[in-house]
Amino acid sequence: MFDEKLLGKIKAGKEKWEQGSVAKTIAKSPERRKEFTTISGTPVERLYTPLDIQGMDYDRDLGFPGEFPYTRGVQPTMYRGRYWTMRQYAGFGSAKDTNARYRYLLQQGQTGLSVAFHLPTQAGYDSDHPLSMGEVGKVGVAIDSIEDLKVLFDGIPLDKVTTSMTINAAATVLLAMYLSIAEEQGVPWDKVGGTVQNDVLKEIICRGQYVYPPKPTMRLTVDLIEFCQKNVPRWNTISISGYHIRESGATAAQEMAFTIADGIAYAQACVDRGMPVDSFGPRLSFFFNAFTNVLEEVAKFRAGRRYWAKVMKERFGAKDPRSMMLRYHVQTGGVTLTAQQPLNNIVRVALQTYATALGGAQSLHTNSYDEALCLPTQQAVTVALRTQQIVAEESGATDTIDPLAGCYYVEAMTDKIEAEIDEYIKKIDAMGGTLTAIEQGYIQKEIQNSSYRFQKEIESGERVYVGINKYTMEEPPPEGLLKVDMSVGEIEAAKLKKLRAERDQAKWKAALDNLKKVSQTDENVMPAVIEAVKAKATVGEICDVWRDVFGEYRPKEFV
Amino acid sequence: MSKKIKIIVAKPGLDGHDRGAKLLARIFAEAGMEVVYTGLRQTPEMIVATALQEDADVVGLSSLSGVHNYFFPRVAELMKEKGLTDVLLVGGGIIPQEDYDSLKASGMDGIFGPGTPTTEIVKFIEDNVRKKK
Repeated sequence: MFDEKLLGKIKAGKEKWEQGSVAKTIAKSPERRKEFTTISGTPVERLYTPLDIQGMDYDRDLGFPGEFPYTRGVQPTMYRGRYWTMRQYAGFGSAKDTNARYRYLLQQGQTGLSVAFHLPTQAGYDSDHPLSMGEVGKVGVAIDSIEDLKVLFDGIPLDKVTTSMTINAAATVLLAMYLSIAEEQGVPWDKVGGTVQNDVLKEIICRGQYVYPPKPTMRLTVDLIEFCQKNVPRWNTISISGYHIRESGATAAQEMAFTIADGIAYAQACVDRGMPVDSFGPRLSFFFNAFTNVLEEVAKFRAGRRYWAKVMKERFGAKDPRSMMLRYHVQTGGVTLTAQQPLNNIVRVALQTYATALGGAQSLHTNSYDEALCLPTQQAVTVALRTQQIVAEESGATDTIDPLAGCYYVEAMTDKIEAEIDEYIKKIDAMGGTLTAIEQGYIQKEIQNSSYRFQKEIESGERVYVGINKYTMEEPPPEGLLKVDMSVGEIEAAKLKKLRAERDQAKWKAALDNLKKVSQTDENVMPAVIEAVKAKATVGEICDVWRDVFGEYRPKEFV
Repeated sequence: MSKKIKIIVAKPGLDGHDRGAKLLARIFAEAGMEVVYTGLRQTPEMIVATALQEDADVVGLSSLSGVHNYFFPRVAELMKEKGLTDVLLVGGGIIPQEDYDSLKASGMDGIFGPGTPTTEIVKFIEDNVRKKK
């Protein structure tokens, strides 16, 4: 990028500046601290110059938007064409309660849906299971059967919206229900668009909603990918998630590295199934976090795009450019929110939204300012959505593509994060791959060490967190928090009792028997799951079939 | 020299948010306590059985999925039933202040919301564990 002569001049100039102006200033008033670091602990220099990116080759390292290696974005026109999809994750209480929230959000200009299921659905239990006690309708909507999902999408045409479903171990079941409802609405499967999270590895690493051991649960993941590739071409078959890895304490580089490690494991599993890389590659999608350190986040997204493109091209031999694109959803950092002075969170979310826009995401959920206290109220959700709209429509960040490219600091940070990703991937490869690294607790321990380091920095005051260790104040307890009615549990249990009594018993039993039979072979389970949900088998009943066949997972704890 | 404080760190219910629980397990161990971490998906019965079996001095519950009003009082009740009245019972997570009073009335000795310094939690345990005996 820069010729030797110019670099020499800059180097000499920088030395002179350091020994002269800088030294003089520091002698009078020292800098705020000895070492500056990002929130991830990465050292930050006083000044970045062309010297820090002297090895950069524009064509090789940056290229053009929509072209390999996609550092500058996955689409040729990015937000000049269309903004990211504004997709707020929502779900609470019964299907009816949540349907009302969805209609409200769509009315307010939201452009996609994102379903939060309550924990029993995510863990493969019905609402009346003993382990579901107290959890029904709490952190998401209670969905037990196809009847519930029908109510959830009542009046919402499935050919007009795309829907993202945060469901992993039970992803095949919920997708089967969704496809069946589309069918009933008269929408052909090739017109249905959306995403299932379907990322079971990160459940084992950090999110906790696993059901089956790694190998059989990966088989279900790949069954879904394979089925959609043939039958639901617009579906994003997996959303490989760094979000929760970051939430549980990882640094920015670790978030990207471990997510890519998971991505490699899924891609390899598909290849091992006999699928050509370009048959499934274009439908792999990703999900990341955005913290408040804007420039570090932008660098993380750029580094991730470049690294994934190379993984798909060089490691897996992809030829289709779409296989090489790191397309991703972002959610702002839940863990960055404070219960103290909660309105301050609006500012944090705005910065995180700005980072997401500058980083080139395809879709975004913004958190509500009250989420360190409770599930978000309607007012807080509205502010969160408006934050996206303000950044999109007013900030100007969307008018030119990858505006921070060429910034010495951001380019140097992009290189640094990419190098860190590469180091982790090599280490994990040497250990025998992602599954082994998870089984040995390596990834979990790396994350926990970062979480511990961060906590120590906060408690020593070394890192400032407004409202937590600086600028604290006495506040009255917050009022008007969202409460989920405890009676949802009883209502759902009664609905289940009725469903079980009224469904066609012979058809139901035959469907579950067939599912069991198919699950014991290597055949793709999806058609049998679709048959089962149509016969009104519940999420818990279907997941129990697999508990029988596959066994249940109990992780080793690494603390 | 007094005996080490033994603490059970438990995750009741289906909640998977274990960053705080794991972090505290490490901090408690550093503070010289003996720590048993239960892992996820514990029923109140399982938690109390572990406390009994381990002869624990303290039970610490962590909940971030809004189910504290169900699980915390249930653990407190079972501990009373099993005669564990000298075991300190504390809890933390996403717990709105307006729930503190009813949780304390149900038998919780201490509640810690988001942003609480871990040093404050350690101190509370050290100051109160013997008082219960």
